[in-house]
Amino acid sequence: MPHIGLDIGSRNIKLAVMEAGKIATLKKEESGFDPLERCRNLLASCPVGPITATGYGRHLVEKTFSCGTVSEISAFARGALFFDPSVRTVIDVGGQDSKAIRVDGAGRVMAFEMNDKCAAGTGKFLEIMARALEMTIDEFGDRGHRNESRVRISSLCTVFAESEVISLIGRGADRRSIAYALHEMAAERASSLVSRVGVAPTVMLAGGCARNPLFTALLAEKLARPLVVGEFPEFAGAIGAALVE
Amino acid sequence: MSNYDQMWKELGLDLPNHEGLLKFLGEAYQGIYLTQKNRPAGMGYFDFVISEVHGLRIKEIVDARKAGKKGIGTFCVYVPEELVLAANGIYIGLCAGAEVGTPQAEQYLPRNTCALIKAFFGFKLANLCPYGEVTDLIVGETTCDGKKKAYEAFNDITGKMHIMDLPNTKSAEGRKLWRAEVARLKDKLEELTGVKITPEKLAEAMKIVNDKRRALQRLAALRAADPTPISGLDALLINQIAFYDDPIRFTDMLNKLCDELDGRVKEKVGVVPAGAPRVLVSGSPMAIPNWKLHHLLETSGAAVVGEESCVGARNYRALTPEKFAGLDDALDKIAERYLTIDCACFTPNDERIENIVKMRDELKVDGIVHYALQFCTLYTSESFKVAKELKEFPFLRVETDYTMEDAGQLKTRIEAFLEMVRNRRK
Repeated sequence: MPHIGLDIGSRNIKLAVMEAGKIATLKKEESGFDPLERCRNLLASCPVGPITATGYGRHLVEKTFSCGTVSEISAFARGALFFDPSVRTVIDVGGQDSKAIRVDGAGRVMAFEMNDKCAAGTGKFLEIMARALEMTIDEFGDRGHRNESRVRISSLCTVFAESEVISLIGRGADRRSIAYALHEMAAERASSLVSRVGVAPTVMLAGGCARNPLFTALLAEKLARPLVVGEFPEFAGAIGAALVE
Repeated sequence: MSNYDQMWKELGLDLPNHEGLLKFLGEAYQGIYLTQKNRPAGMGYFDFVISEVHGLRIKEIVDARKAGKKGIGTFCVYVPEELVLAANGIYIGLCAGAEVGTPQAEQYLPRNTCALIKAFFGFKLANLCPYGEVTDLIVGETTCDGKKKAYEAFNDITGKMHIMDLPNTKSAEGRKLWRAEVARLKDKLEELTGVKITPEKLAEAMKIVNDKRRALQRLAALRAADPTPISGLDALLINQIAFYDDPIRFTDMLNKLCDELDGRVKEKVGVVPAGAPRVLVSGSPMAIPNWKLHHLLETSGAAVVGEESCVGARNYRALTPEKFAGLDDALDKIAERYLTIDCACFTPNDERIENIVKMRDELKVDGIVHYALQFCTLYTSESFKVAKELKEFPFLRVETDYTMEDAGQLKTRIEAFLEMVRNRRK
């Protein structure tokens, strides 16, 4: 019987259909202003099976689809092990939050940390900064950037960081250096979060930001080890939700 | 129009806004407390006390003051209640647990001041706290930098402050200082009330305060049962009410409730299904009506079984020895008793870790939630040490204020924490 995992994130809704322990379908849509309707659309073309919801919108859909819920923490822990059973530390940098999880071999969460109220250093932060630099997300996260102007972003707050970026542009710093510095700040933030739960030999980076090559490279550098990035990093939560018992 | 409008007006309250506050409180109480299932019947008294929080209790104090008694406001469990009662005073905890008058408070205090300090300021400046208005003296204490500076400004506004200099360490010199501060408070109270604090009066006061502590200890011990016979929310409420209710009546009603809980424990009647994760909340005080964390925890399926907090174990853990030889010996014993309190304002403060471990074991706790008020340097700092000492024991660090803006994030963390606790038990 297929199991369906639904990860209702702040930016995107991810759906995973798992059958016999394998991925059958993966789908993604923007959360928008009516996530419930988006979920209905996503589920319309799905086979029938038990649904487990995760993500900040999990309780929103709980009654409508009479489904179980699980926190993002447990879902990502389980999803990470699906991609690589040797993973013991998981970092998820998503749209508006980030979390670090230490997990044991059975997929049990041993400790976790989440970012505070604000979205500093998360996907949304990088998105706003890319826009301030008039770059596409792909241009912004280019691994080839170097910090030739030797600039530094010191603000954690998205609003203040944006004004810092604007004043750096005003001072003539090149865009690529600013982009590099912004990624460095975000990687710094993620690395401090993960060091609070403990950095295991095998660390997985999940969530949409794992698709950003510069962020991934800088975070790996800070943690002094290569990062495992699953094939579908932003689906780790949905896959994990489908697999949670 | 309420029956108390005239009284509130005479106390200088802002009537329209005060009515709004009571309405908000009533709705919050309805939503958080009265929706709980299977509450003990003995909670009826405490429900009544809350419904009259600014009414009947204030009227009692107003009447007592007319008859010559003095109201003594306090903010902290370090202020010896025995002395206040021995001077025939009324002991009133003034800590506030709701976000009120913040813009006014921020005219005196930096924005990054903890919610508790901002709230007692805000309540005063917005003219919404009748308790502050029925005090003749307000006793502050040097337990943190935020409070120290806030009390200076509070004295400019009220002119009622008396500050006790609490040492930073429990050294011999620190103890000497504290003993002198206890004596200085005694003198101050005598001067204010015109009542001489005699050994007889002290013995009587000690008995009243110890009886209250014994009742609170009894409640705490009953929560060790599985399933727990009373919700954490209800137990928290009782601990909050302990700071301003008439102590003799409070003790009597609490003991009656405990009799009922004894029966529940025998019959294994609980408020949550047996096996619900048992949580100890540890850290900053939760002044009334701050029910946020307990509410989030218990609506997520946890049973809160203890508060390692000033509004909790720090308030009742130690009794004052009732046997003493003369006034000086009594003051020695009072001073010593209060220095057993393990507030994070002391350095070092290793007793606190020992007490947390003890409570964890006695209450058969599955996970500890460390609660710190945002910007409370002392408890946020100590949370790291607590986490380290507890090693792999399930631990969640929460730093928050009185607003509900982070309720969603907190709920996610709490649910993840309870999932972790449940899975770890497997």
